[in-house]
Amino acid sequence: MKIIRASESYEIVVIGGGNAALCSAISAAEAGARVLILEAAPKAYRGGNSRHTRNFRCMHSEPLGPLIESYSEDEYFNDLMKVTNGKTDQGLARMVIRQSEKCMPWMERHGVRFQPSLSGTLSLARTNAFFLGGGKALINAYYRTAENLGVDVKYDASVTHLEIDDGEVIYLDYIQHEQSYRLSPKAVVVASGGFQADTDWLARAWGPAAKNFLIRGTPYNRGVVLDDLLSQGLEQVGDPTQCHAVAIDGRSPKYDGGIVTRLDCVPFSIVVNKNAERFYDEGEDVWPKRYAIWGRLVAAQPEQIGYAIIDAKSLELFMPSVFPPIKADTIEDLALKMDLPAQKLRATVDKFNASCGDTTGFRPTELDGVSTSGLKPPKTNWARPIIEAPFYGYSLRTGVTFTYLGLKVDENAQCSVGNRPVSNLWAAGETMAGSILGQGYLAGFGMTIGTVFGRIAGKEAAKYVN
Amino acid sequence: MLTDMKEEARRQAEICNACRYCEGYCSVFPSLHSNREFSDGEIIQLANLCHNCRGCYYACQYTAPHEFDLNLPAALAEVRQDSWEAFAYPRFVATHFQKNGMAIALATSLCFSAFFVVTQWLGRGNGDGFYAFISHDLMILIFAPAFVLPLTSLTVSLRRYWLAVDGTRITLIHIYNALRAAATMHNLAGGHGEGCNFEDEDRFTQARRVAHQLVLYGFLLCFASTSSGTILHYIFDLPAPHGFFSLPKLLGMPGGLMLTWGAIWLFRLKLKADPNLGSMAARNGEFGFIALLGFVAASGLVLYILGQTALMPLTLAVHLGAVLTFFLLTPYTKMVHGIYRFAALVRDAQRKTESTNP
Repeated sequence: MKIIRASESYEIVVIGGGNAALCSAISAAEAGARVLILEAAPKAYRGGNSRHTRNFRCMHSEPLGPLIESYSEDEYFNDLMKVTNGKTDQGLARMVIRQSEKCMPWMERHGVRFQPSLSGTLSLARTNAFFLGGGKALINAYYRTAENLGVDVKYDASVTHLEIDDGEVIYLDYIQHEQSYRLSPKAVVVASGGFQADTDWLARAWGPAAKNFLIRGTPYNRGVVLDDLLSQGLEQVGDPTQCHAVAIDGRSPKYDGGIVTRLDCVPFSIVVNKNAERFYDEGEDVWPKRYAIWGRLVAAQPEQIGYAIIDAKSLELFMPSVFPPIKADTIEDLALKMDLPAQKLRATVDKFNASCGDTTGFRPTELDGVSTSGLKPPKTNWARPIIEAPFYGYSLRTGVTFTYLGLKVDENAQCSVGNRPVSNLWAAGETMAGSILGQGYLAGFGMTIGTVFGRIAGKEAAKYVN
Repeated sequence: MLTDMKEEARRQAEICNACRYCEGYCSVFPSLHSNREFSDGEIIQLANLCHNCRGCYYACQYTAPHEFDLNLPAALAEVRQDSWEAFAYPRFVATHFQKNGMAIALATSLCFSAFFVVTQWLGRGNGDGFYAFISHDLMILIFAPAFVLPLTSLTVSLRRYWLAVDGTRITLIHIYNALRAAATMHNLAGGHGEGCNFEDEDRFTQARRVAHQLVLYGFLLCFASTSSGTILHYIFDLPAPHGFFSLPKLLGMPGGLMLTWGAIWLFRLKLKADPNLGSMAARNGEFGFIALLGFVAASGLVLYILGQTALMPLTLAVHLGAVLTFFLLTPYTKMVHGIYRFAALVRDAQRKTESTNP
């Protein structure tokens, strides 16, 4: 294929079209640079995984916008240390946390609007600012702002290669509508996410079971640019074999199911595998602290699928599911409808029911200690017998949120090769978040990293070209 | 009523209920999120609560080409449209006018012709001004039923609606809350007060909200003008024509200007808006209705200007024909949205008080 040398001249090319990319592009354009965004997705799917986000974790010393009370740097940092088990770059993490407070007014100035904490998420009202309309509304507002600043956007434009020579990006190639183009900008910002949508890559990293995983976010995060850069020796960070995965509704689409695929019924259920056998304590802790573990547990079961069974009394204890549950008047009928061995499921439920004790202390919102006795594995909280018809079932699958492997950056968001910085290459968002999130996840922190590093990358790139 | 429309709205509402990102846009979502399953009545209530601001559509990560194919504004618009036809009395009239702008135009011409005949050959009165061409008594003879018939029909429809949505006893606070929401068009403010997404995809503008209120307040002023004229006539023995500094003129002139301007503006906005986010079936009838509303107002203004000329009798017949059509068709055109929307706001005020004092 003949490569067309693009006639337009841009000082900065931003690769990617999500939150971090737009924060970079806006910041660079405001600093006077001429900026082009290359977004791999078509316009309808622009915005990467930011489309599916809903909030921004923000430090604040007093009530700020929709955020109540205060959330100090140390508390924020400790929350991060808990979920990552200390696997974080403490300097970068603290910098992101400190800057998050200034991001909120910046976001509002650039068109983002916030709303009070959504129903069912009151626990986040102090720490996380929710976008009015969610992540796609944020993305829409940023695209409008960027376009008003003269930023050009090309959709369906997949970057295939950055030519790096002697610590400098010389040119980049992209394909749009089956035609290759070459651009030679003065500076490049990479904000094109992880590789989780490339299931072959996932299977190579994780094992063949990954072929059965669902991808909760955009199908366009295939890690093409990340692979291209790492193969040229750019410094990398994050465990290349790991991804963040949670247990989601097994009926969800292969890609792009997003928030609605979450299923919060597990603590009030028993979960069985294809053979109608239980395999883990469903009541170990509250669901927000356990959904990631269940992603892995389900991944380890035959065919990477699980089935949560509840009865009528538990149906309204959790957020509604995207599709109505499978419903039957008997456990046997439910088993047939869910393609599980009926007698086996009956036996598993009976055994569980027989091991339940006094349930008068049942408290759905706290660890209530209502547990089974003599059962293996036990259910240590919320253990109530499953006896009230109708019975409901949901299938569970592993849903991948993001991958940890990424580009290592410094506090200026600059990439490096060997021990020297690449003079005109910066990275922001999911593609470098592995520096700070070595493991686990903290709700709303991805958007904070993207916003903070996006703004830094844009400003630094603009400083370089001016 | 067609069940597949409600099934589709229900499918979409269930997905929305698992997401909740749009909670801050309008009254529909808090109401939707308070349910777990959606009865037909709840779907109808949500549909009539929806003001078609489209904020949720442009913010939605699940619109086509996504396989969930969400388009809640359109799904609710179809149910809403359908509910107006189902609750209309008599029903068959609504089927003719809701979706058919041509039928509205035809009805207008018929009424106009009727008035023309009346003013030319029958109506000669002994009064001044308009009454020289059509006597006051004859005018009352025509307009009193044209007012009472639609009112009766609307009462029946409202009752059908209230039963369908399980409405309870109405208190002053419900009415107050609904009035406040309608007076400010709160549900077209987008939650952040910056308006809705109607004319230019995801850009928030106040255009539709302002244009709608021009029409609403313009209409109310015109209505007040006519009422004040009636009061002057019967109570103070001051029959028309009234001078410029009289209550009917001081209310009617700005009212007519606002109504005309608002109707033209709404018509143009509707041309700009994406038709796929509303009820496709009703589009034609909606254009017809806005045109009729604008025509009522504009012909009234023209009548005022030409009142002293030889064209007056013709203009009078045109204006009165349009007014008559407007009143007669109120239960069967888009005009009826006003009462359903208000009822939905009252019902929503009830839901809020029910959820705070269970």
